[in-house]
Amino acid sequence: MGAILEFIQSIPYDQLLIQTLNGIVTGMILALIASGLTLIFGIMDVVNFAHGELFMLGAYIGVVVLATSGSFWLALIIATLVVALIGAALQITTLRPLLGRDPLTTILATFGISLVLQNYALWQFGPVARKIQEPFTGQFTLFYLQYPWYRLVIAGLSAAIIGGFWLFLKYGTFGIWIRATTQDRTMAQAMGIPVPWVHTAVFAIGAGMAAASGVLFGPLVGVNHAMGLDWVLKAFIVVVVGGMGSLGGSIAASIFISLLESYASIWVSPAQAVIVSFVVLILTLLFRPTGLFVPTPK
Amino acid sequence: MSVPETPTEPLVSVESLHTYYGKSHILNGVSLHVGRGEVVGLLGRNGVGKSTTLKSIMGLVRPRQGRVLLGGNSVAGLPAHKLARLGIGYVPEDRRIFRLLTVMENLRTGLDRRGVADARKQELLDKVYAYFPVLAERRNQAGGTLSGGEQQMLAIARAMMLEPKIILLDEPTEGLMPRMVWQIREIIEALHHEGVAILLVEQNVPLTLEASQRVYFMEKGAIRHHAAASTLKATDAVVQQYLGV
Amino acid sequence: MNKHHAIVYWTGFAVVLALLIAAPLVLPEFWRRFLTEILIWGLLAMSSDVLIGYAGMVSFGHSAFFGLGMYCAAAALLTVSPPNLWLAIIAGLVGSSAVALFVAYFSTRLRDIYFAITTLIFSQIFYVVIFTWTEVTGGENGLSFRRPALSIPGLFSTPFTTETLHWFVLAVVAGSYLVLRRIMHSPFGMVLQSIRENEGRTRAIGYPVERYKMVAVMLSGLFAGLAGVLYAVQNRFAAPDFVYFLVSGETVIFNVMGGIGTLVGPIVGAAFFLLLRETFSRFFTEYYLIPVGIIFIAMVIFMPQGLLGFARRWLNR
Repeated sequence: MGAILEFIQSIPYDQLLIQTLNGIVTGMILALIASGLTLIFGIMDVVNFAHGELFMLGAYIGVVVLATSGSFWLALIIATLVVALIGAALQITTLRPLLGRDPLTTILATFGISLVLQNYALWQFGPVARKIQEPFTGQFTLFYLQYPWYRLVIAGLSAAIIGGFWLFLKYGTFGIWIRATTQDRTMAQAMGIPVPWVHTAVFAIGAGMAAASGVLFGPLVGVNHAMGLDWVLKAFIVVVVGGMGSLGGSIAASIFISLLESYASIWVSPAQAVIVSFVVLILTLLFRPTGLFVPTPK
Repeated sequence: MSVPETPTEPLVSVESLHTYYGKSHILNGVSLHVGRGEVVGLLGRNGVGKSTTLKSIMGLVRPRQGRVLLGGNSVAGLPAHKLARLGIGYVPEDRRIFRLLTVMENLRTGLDRRGVADARKQELLDKVYAYFPVLAERRNQAGGTLSGGEQQMLAIARAMMLEPKIILLDEPTEGLMPRMVWQIREIIEALHHEGVAILLVEQNVPLTLEASQRVYFMEKGAIRHHAAASTLKATDAVVQQYLGV
Repeated sequence: MNKHHAIVYWTGFAVVLALLIAAPLVLPEFWRRFLTEILIWGLLAMSSDVLIGYAGMVSFGHSAFFGLGMYCAAAALLTVSPPNLWLAIIAGLVGSSAVALFVAYFSTRLRDIYFAITTLIFSQIFYVVIFTWTEVTGGENGLSFRRPALSIPGLFSTPFTTETLHWFVLAVVAGSYLVLRRIMHSPFGMVLQSIRENEGRTRAIGYPVERYKMVAVMLSGLFAGLAGVLYAVQNRFAAPDFVYFLVSGETVIFNVMGGIGTLVGPIVGAAFFLLLRETFSRFFTEYYLIPVGIIFIAMVIFMPQGLLGFARRWLNR
């Protein structure tokens, strides 16, 4: 009895609470990145290795716009739009010619793009990390703890962006086109839907979402040319665990994995906490390879 | 056997099509044509290339040789979505409705086009709901929840949303109950009445002979026989030759 | 394999081999080492070709095999004194095979893209473990050690010079090529290729496809580990950077640039890429990887069969 009480008392509640919040915040950012990735895969079978670099590019554009205009929100909007355009341009020039070829070629092409974008950023901005200032500071009190407002705001904004996108998919002509193309590309074409442009638009949207998360997440970490690499890996894990092509699945998986990692970081270093996501992946592959949050196909 | 001449330029014509799937030579020089407002049947056993012919017209499959003409103009190389906009409707063999979209959303894939007034869109919807009342009932249900016959209705209705000049129908009565087969027959009649041309691929010979003005018979990737439907009966030797077991 | 083809092929092989043997005698020091490195990376890329070009499985996990081979060799060289070359090789091969077994078990059930992503993530798992387990692996800083001597116990022992090291590496790489070529021509290799062409059919005929795939992964991992050992011996250090998934990515780039399914193609691809990188780094000191990356993308789009792709049939006869 005493041992149980001792155990209950030793649980670091305040840490748990903080880490729960952290997990949700990181989870939402990850969800924003992973949504774009899973959407792009679901609709055109493209594994976008350059997704992390689009995230990184968004963050850098945010840095530049913030420095010149002083407005965080302007930086967010411009970064999203510019990277969406860059994404569209990339899709048209390098991915369209590869349509119908071995999927390996798109993995390679996007890998090549990621290399080019990374080095471009390194060249233009140098190896030293930049900082994006939070648009507002200040913390609020939860029980007896302090937690920064800003983090909650980004979680909220990410949720809003994803929610907005989900609404867009559900209603509106373009949403119907996207969903139809995802389900049956051939019949969508036969119905007059301009599938090549739908692909470009979806890639652009995915890129924009990645860029937005880059700007939102910028104040939490340093912005540097290699920041995309770790995130793209996490995003891939999330996409596989959540079920490739499933928007809801990747959101659930993002939060799930981020929470687990945050809790783990109470006891081990953050560098080691990532092993949690690896373990989740291995377990998923062993027992439910189509995705943890996807109903098992019959 | 005399074949009725189509007086003006055919709406769709296909000349010496050779199409391959990988190394398989599926279409071996197919030539046929469909006049404006005509109902033309394409009969043959399984695997002779009927569906591939339709897909070649629809731009879903690229022929290696030969021409596809729409209103006299070559449409070689045009992607399927452009052909749909130019007025070719396609109802494929396995219906292929969008199972996760509602009936309404399925219809909208064809209905939501630029340059069509809202009033006209409503007219089209009303018309299609009049033809297929069951679709009106189920308009907010997911396509995948419909029965086989209802899905076939939806597939045809969806193509009608494009206001096509010609509809390519691939085995519309396959697997349907006799009552539904009768409904399909009526739809074909109604579409013909409106001046929509139809290229009907079928295994159901009596229906095809009833509904069509002319019939082609296909075997091993080529057209082997061509006649006016009125001159044929289902029991004729020539029919048995190309469709008998 | 007809007489004519055999003569041309082996003559070509002999000529290339002779050139590579003579090279360190005429090249300046930097290029000598550069050539040796090309051979080592070429071996890594060749091991990856077994999977990509012959079994049709794209793997991004080679950095794990390479890295483990490197680290296990390092362990052998650090624990035994004087450092023994053969022990290092054996240790490296055992290490990389173990990793390959692990990866193979999980991944061979998965198709295409899932396999590729899973192998990538596995290689990252090893990266994180190596990076954080500082007591054993030296963490971020890696391990450094002395180069072992070329020795046959009881007979002789001479320390390596740049030339003899190069010849040793050349012998290993050339030998590996011949072994792999033999294996790919054997019934085993034929089944692998049939799996690449049409997995369903091969399975339907009755072959235990998963088992063949596992063996392919282990074979691939073995030679990748060997490359890791050679790298450790040449450079006298092991670092976690080599286990990062970017190395796997570069390996696949070598494969594609050189031509998959040719075994020698990847070596040529490695040479091409490394030369490009070296040349460009002299002109565009800061952003030299950008033009290299663009050339790579262009090759993927316009020249997907790679530099030697046109000779694929011929090289495989």
